[in-house]
Formats: sequence, C-alpha cells, structure tokens
Amino acid sequence: MSKIKAFVGKHRSLMLTAALVFAIVFPLFGFKKSMVRIFCRILMYFTLAGSLNITNGYSGQTSLGHAGFYCIGAYVMAILTTRFQISFWPVLLLSGIGAAVAGLIISVPTLRLKGIYLSIITLGASEVIRIIALNWEGVTGGSFGIKDIPRPTFFGFTFDSPLKFYYLFLGVAVIFLLISYRLIHSRVGRSWMSIRENELAAKSLGVRTAPAKMMNFAYGAFWAGIIGGIYAVYVQYIDSAVFSLDEGFNIMSMIIIGGQGTLIGPIVGSIVVNGLTELLRPIGVWRFVMYAALIIVMMWFRPQGLMGESNSILAGAKIKMRKAGKTGGKKEAIS
Amino acid sequence: MSGLLRTEGVCCYFGGLKAVDNVDMQVEPGDIFGIIGPNGAGKTTFFNVCSGIYKPTHGKVYFCDQDISNMSQEAISHLGVGRTFQTTQLFQFMSVLENVKIGCHMGTKTNMFDAIFHTKTYRADEQYAEEKSMETLRNAGLEQYANTLAGNLSYGIQRRVEIARSLASSPKILMLDEPAAGMNRLETDALRDFLKELNAKGQTILLIEHDMKFVMNCCNRIMVLNFGEKICEGSPEFVSGNKEVQTAYFGSRTFGKDVEANAEN
Ligand SMILES: Nc1ncnc2c1ncn2[C@@H]1O[C@H](COP(=O)(O)OP(=O)(O)O)[C@@H](O)[C@H]1O
Ligand SMILES: [Mg+2]
Repeated sequence: MSKIKAFVGKHRSLMLTAALVFAIVFPLFGFKKSMVRIFCRILMYFTLAGSLNITNGYSGQTSLGHAGFYCIGAYVMAILTTRFQISFWPVLLLSGIGAAVAGLIISVPTLRLKGIYLSIITLGASEVIRIIALNWEGVTGGSFGIKDIPRPTFFGFTFDSPLKFYYLFLGVAVIFLLISYRLIHSRVGRSWMSIRENELAAKSLGVRTAPAKMMNFAYGAFWAGIIGGIYAVYVQYIDSAVFSLDEGFNIMSMIIIGGQGTLIGPIVGSIVVNGLTELLRPIGVWRFVMYAALIIVMMWFRPQGLMGESNSILAGAKIKMRKAGKTGGKKEAIS
Repeated sequence: MSGLLRTEGVCCYFGGLKAVDNVDMQVEPGDIFGIIGPNGAGKTTFFNVCSGIYKPTHGKVYFCDQDISNMSQEAISHLGVGRTFQTTQLFQFMSVLENVKIGCHMGTKTNMFDAIFHTKTYRADEQYAEEKSMETLRNAGLEQYANTLAGNLSYGIQRRVEIARSLASSPKILMLDEPAAGMNRLETDALRDFLKELNAKGQTILLIEHDMKFVMNCCNRIMVLNFGEKICEGSPEFVSGNKEVQTAYFGSRTFGKDVEANAEN
C-alpha cells in the first residue's frame, strides 16, 4: 500500500490525468444501462461522501446529518422546477445555497458542542428536515412526493440517459475535487485541520474557530445540496423516505471505509460500498449486516480508513499504543 | 498607566479555591519577566486569565492599555499575545512545518474565495507562510525537523516547536508556561540562550519556570506567587535574597501558609 502511494505521489498529475481520461472513456464501451446507473451512483456518492468528509474528516466535527442537506437540495430542485418552471442550472445553484444556509443555521448550536453531542444535534436536524418534507404537504407533496421533475437541458442538449447523467455527475465530482483540493491546501484548510487536531492551540494562534466551523459546515452542506438537486432530476421523482437516517449512515460508512481527511478516500469508499451493494444484492437485507461488520472491522484494524495515512489523528489510538510500547515509561517519568 | 501587559487586582476563583488572588503585575516592553512559585501556586491559572482562557473573577487585565479581561482567547491572540502551554499542545499528527504554518494564520488573510480562485492574496499568503515558517524554524534551530511529524519528536524538541509556532505569529508578548520542563540540562541551557537571543532582538517574554537557576539566569524581573498571591517582585538578586521566597520555595506548605499571612510586604 505504501509503495503504491509513493508511486502515485511522485506522478500525481500524470495519474490524475490518466484517471480522468479513463473515467471519461470507459463508459463508452457499451455497458448495459443498469451498469451505467451503478457508475452514476458511485460518482454521486463520491461527491456526497466527499462533502461529508470536509466536515468530519477535515475539521473533525462529526456530523451524522448529511442526508438532511441532500434532502434540502433535492426538494429545492423539485419544487422550483415543477411549480415555477425555473430552469435547471440556476436552481442547481439554489439547491446548493439552500443546503448551505441550513448548514450555517445548524452549525450555530453545535459551535459549543463536541463529539457525541454535536453528532446528536446534526442527527436530530436531519430528521427534522425529513419530517418537514413529509408533513408540509402543500409544498412538498407530503408522502406522495414530487413526480415528473423535468429533465435538465444544456444548450438544446437534454440529459435523458444514464450515460449523459454519468458525465454530469463526473463533471460535478471533478469540480468538487478541484475546489476542495484548493481549499484544503490553503490557509482556510489549515485552519480547519488545526481545529480537528487541537482546538485550544488553534485559538492560541488566532484561528477564529466559530466562523471557521460555520463556513466548513456550510461548504460541506453546499455540495450535498448540489448532489440533491441533480439526484432529483436524475430519478425525476422524490419523496422524503429516501432521505432517512439510514441514508446518512450510508454516506458516513463510505468515508469511514475509504478514509476520512483524505480527498481520495471517499472515492474508494463509494466504489467499495456501492460495489458491495450490487454484489450482495442476492442476500437481500443481510447485506446491511455485512456493512456493519465491515465498519466495525475497519474501525478496529484501520481507523484511518483504506486510504488514510497511518499517521493521521484518526489512526491516533494505534500510534499512541505503538509509542507507549517503544518508549516504555519514559514519558511518564517526565510529566 | 502603561506597560505592555498589566494586571490590576486579578483574582481567579474556582468555587472556594482562590487559585489567583489579587495579583498586580506590569510587564514592560523588552522584559524577560519570570513568574515562579511552588506547584499549585496559581501560575498557570494566571497565564490562562491573561490569555483569555479563564475570565478573572475580579480585577482587570490590560494589554497595550486596552482592557482585555473579557475578551475571547482568539481576540487576545489577535492583539499580539502568543503563548505555549505547560503540557505541549502541538498538532501532533502534522509535520513541524505545517504546525508553524498555522502559526502564520494571523499574518495572512486568504479567505475561501481567494483559495478557490488562487487570487493574488492567496499566492502572496502562501509564499509568506512558507518563507516565514522556514525562517522561524531556522532561527529556532529546527530546520532539520521541518518534515518530521511533531508527535514523533523528543519532548524537548516539541517544546521548542511550540515556541517557534507561536513566534511565527510575531507576537508582541510571548508567554511560555514552563518551557524547560522535561528538557535535559543541555537543552535547557540552549533554550536559555535562545530566549536571551530573542529578547536581545526586542521580543518581550513572560515565562513561568520551576527551575530557579533558569529564571535567575534568564529574567530581568521576577514575580513570586504562593497560594495564588504575589509574595514578592523584583530583580533576580532581590528575589533570591528574599526570606519569604526562600521559605515558600524550600519550606513545606505549612511554612507557606505563614508566609501568606504576612505577605503584604
Ligand atoms: N479549571 C480548574 N478548576 C478547578 N481548580 C483548578 C483549575 N485549574 C487550576 N485549579 C487549581 O488552582 C490551583 C492553581 O493551579 P495552577 O495554576 O495550575 O498552579 P501552577 O501552575 O502554579 O502549578 C491548583 O490548586 C489547581 O488545582
Ligand atoms: Mg502550572
């Protein structure tokens, strides 16, 4: 694994270009529609998981409520395109902004909270959003949902096949990755990571942790909203049941398996989880047991995820154990 | 009234415990000011009050004649108060260079827009952070550790990294909580030389130290705390000659109580 990583690190731009060319070309080789739909799911969940990773992996605020932001994006799209006939692209932006605003609002009560308390608030918020979608019948269609969501067009070109959506999801994933890469490798990303690593120290260096956390939340929510918007026009029918806590945990499982705090982790997580979903379809609901087992195994043996650095804070428990073994009681004697 | 950092009758109580009780202090620009006192004397608590982690129960803290008693920790950092912690608070899983780069946070102003579009501000800030960090590391003699994970360094080096990280923010006053704790004799002497060198370049330093010899060699002014109260303040010679200090320091805690009783010198 480390050898592969070193190789990839050395030829990063080459590898990225190759991966992108591959992603563009390979679906053209006559896959079945059902297969292309799986590729769409993988890309869609990559951006969803990637955006959750921005909050959970980079600023260390463990949010469990990502499905809520995804839900808002989908409903903004469904409502504005069916009721008001506004065209797809401006609404897509509104889907993102709507989710980002919700992210900002939810982040306020979480500012003073940490760990499990923060997670519970986000979990609750996600459910509140879903229940509003279920019960505000006049606007959301209640349990009937919203159907006949129009297909988006782009200069006379209509997105009407899974393959075309594949390229839409791919485009969004690439833009998401590029923008996130730039943020992470800047003062903004460093301030997020400083909060994850040690909030007390971050403050002592003048990092304004409250606004930094709020922007972090809003940014992650924004992309969940964007994906929600595309999801709505992709399946053309949405109802609140899709955006349950299960969906939130599903997204979460991808970043746990792929690796939090790395940009590549969510891709791997999305491929593994969606791939398993298909492979394990024959065993029905038992596959959820498999996921649970996989997550437990990952947390135990590789808490930093498949792609995570073995020296990240997420692998912290293991490092501490190793260190304690190496230096013996020396540290104790000092402090 | 002046002084760079000044406290007036600062108290910090935890329930019935008077961790800091009525302390007046005035640090002048250019000082290396030492705070000493036995374990549990309230030194760290006093630091935490000065840097905004705790609010004073009574009294005021002024920095550059501005009342900072009720300001947030971040706001106080922004005014130019840099500090380290008694138990080092490094970003353990980041490299030394990354640690120090976060120290450049206040010296840069890239926002999300700048970062996404790689604006001029972004490019200038990245260059500044890189250069300032490397320069700070070089001055602190930590260059060779730039790419080492902070958590993998020896205790003494970690303390030095924490100082360098704070220095990267160009603080007006550098507050160090027991910087020599856990260092061996060699490292301690090197640290003392480093601090003196910094001070000669104009850096004001306020430090807490347990090691009497270190403080006597390093500081130009010393304040002694015992049971939360200031029992003595003055030059190293004055303080080391003071009877009460000697009882407080070398006597047992019961002796300390007697000192407390007639502390109003
Ligand atoms: N957060 C806190 N809550 C309660 N008591 C505290 C707290 N912080 C410090 N103390 C108490 O205040 C006293 C002074 O502690 P401290 O400032 O750490 O002393 P020093 O740094 O001089 O060794 C000690 O008795 C300590 O137990
Ligand atoms: Mg202390």
